[in-house]
Amino acid sequence: MKKKKITVFDIVIYTITFLLILIVGYPLVLVLSNSVSSPDMVAAGKVLLFPKGFTLEGYKAVFADKDIMTGFFNTVFYTVVQTLVSLAVTLPAGYALAKRNIPGRNFFMMIFMITMYFSGGLIPTFLQMQKYGLYNTRAAIVLLGTFSTYNCIICRSFFESIPKELEEAAEIDGCSPMRTFLQIILPLSKALIGVMVLYVAVGQWNAYMDCLIYIQDDFKQSLQVVLRRILILAQTASLAEEGGEYAAALADREALLRYSAMVVSSLPLLIVYPFLQKYFDKGVMIGSVKG
Amino acid sequence: MKKKSKEYSIGRSKGTLRAQIWKNRHYYLMLLPAVLYVAFFCYAPMYGLQIAFKNYKVSLGITGSPWIGFRNFTDFFQSYYFGTLMKNTFILSFYSLLIGFPIPIVIALVLNELKGKTKKFTQTLLYAPHFISIVVLVSIMTSMLSPSQGVVNTLLEMFGMERNYFMANPDYFRHLYVWSGVWQGMGWGAIIYLAALSGVDVSLHEAADMDGASRLQKIIYINLPTILPTIIIMLILRVGQIASVGHEKVYLMQNAMNIETAEVISTYVYKRGIINSNYSFSAAVGLFNNAINIGLVLVANWISKKISKTSLF
Repeated sequence: MKKKKITVFDIVIYTITFLLILIVGYPLVLVLSNSVSSPDMVAAGKVLLFPKGFTLEGYKAVFADKDIMTGFFNTVFYTVVQTLVSLAVTLPAGYALAKRNIPGRNFFMMIFMITMYFSGGLIPTFLQMQKYGLYNTRAAIVLLGTFSTYNCIICRSFFESIPKELEEAAEIDGCSPMRTFLQIILPLSKALIGVMVLYVAVGQWNAYMDCLIYIQDDFKQSLQVVLRRILILAQTASLAEEGGEYAAALADREALLRYSAMVVSSLPLLIVYPFLQKYFDKGVMIGSVKG
Repeated sequence: MKKKSKEYSIGRSKGTLRAQIWKNRHYYLMLLPAVLYVAFFCYAPMYGLQIAFKNYKVSLGITGSPWIGFRNFTDFFQSYYFGTLMKNTFILSFYSLLIGFPIPIVIALVLNELKGKTKKFTQTLLYAPHFISIVVLVSIMTSMLSPSQGVVNTLLEMFGMERNYFMANPDYFRHLYVWSGVWQGMGWGAIIYLAALSGVDVSLHEAADMDGASRLQKIIYINLPTILPTIIIMLILRVGQIASVGHEKVYLMQNAMNIETAEVISTYVYKRGIINSNYSFSAAVGLFNNAINIGLVLVANWISKKISKTSLF
């Protein structure tokens, strides 16, 4: 082969890469630096890259904050339960739809597909949830968004790619389809399960709108709603200059734990996703082989 | 094709439809939870959508409330906000599409040229913003752009420019919305194209090497055409969302000062419906929005079918 030399092409590619790393990395590093800097330095706008006046007071404040901790554990609960329920609903459905010769398969496929493009929308869903008595319940948060046709199609494509011979062998050995699914197919589906867990869990961990709409009690509130109250409403309050002691106290508290709260809330996912990366790189491929 | 029809005929010969269904009962059982879910949480609300054509009263219920035809719709079309809402929604959407759609493709093409650890590291870092919630994203933006302590303004001042309160300025809202979206989604959006690029036929590259093609030429004449069907599918899907700017991020970025450009249809539905309990009217606005979306998907799909023979359905 030819001797490797640096071409203009290489320079362009690596320049773009460098810029991308800078653009994505800088805000992340900045938040981290701010979270361990003294609030005075932060307020003076002195933290440009590295921490100034190192302190862990912000983190102490976050872990001492009752609202944030309640929200954190609620979010853990919502995320774990919804992920489990979602897997229990979506995986079997995807498996059944992968069977081509079941009467009515196309009908079921259609009723699922329609929900991708058409929905009752925010208000009718809200009224319906009230009717079910799910308003202000944890069940509402767990149930909403448990099943998505998109995820179901990914599952279906994955199961279609598993060789039929496996199931046929199981059937000859007297395995019921349910047992075949649980004991033979699922153990082969780690990549799929990894992708599903990632999709559902990330969505629920970061969601705030459902809780904002359906949850009234503070003790059931999710982390993101608590964060919104602390981080964004405090900002808007100072923006509107609505003075008053309440706003001032809020602003002080906000200044102390602003950045550490961002870090604490984002860290669980940011630590986990690199380990799941091989699954979601694969998962998209599963999804793209649809038909 | 042949195999499929054979299976089918074997199935048939085994008995009537009823026997068929009984034989597959396990599979129906597996479908049941999902069917119940869509029935209760997707189709029941669709039935409730009739309140868009009614004057909904909580005491009368969905079915009991009187029909008023299209009055909720005409009220919306004639309202003072209609023009502004449509304009804000569509400009924001087109702007997002125009910027947000091509960038992941370029990133995938660039990442595909990298090798080994550099590629892995860049990829992992670029995915990171996807895992950050929009609440945190908007807070990062607010703090970086803060007029008193934000990095951006500090730098602006260093270069002798004036401090600006970006978040409260209606002129900046769209740029901030779109570019923060690019920051958050560009790496994640590239995954699907990277997956498609991994399917590029190696022999094509070898043949191109023989012909003395440059790497740029290989990208343009081999890589890009390979991922074109994926690009088209993604584009159709995106076009279908043009009328639906997600209200979650917009709602977080809104404040009293930037509202003139930051109010879109979905935030309006949320405020009028959930906050002001104006159910029928908001349901009508939501339905109108959904109808535009479906229309756009169908049109995009039809055009794509004509031009490239790639389509969703």
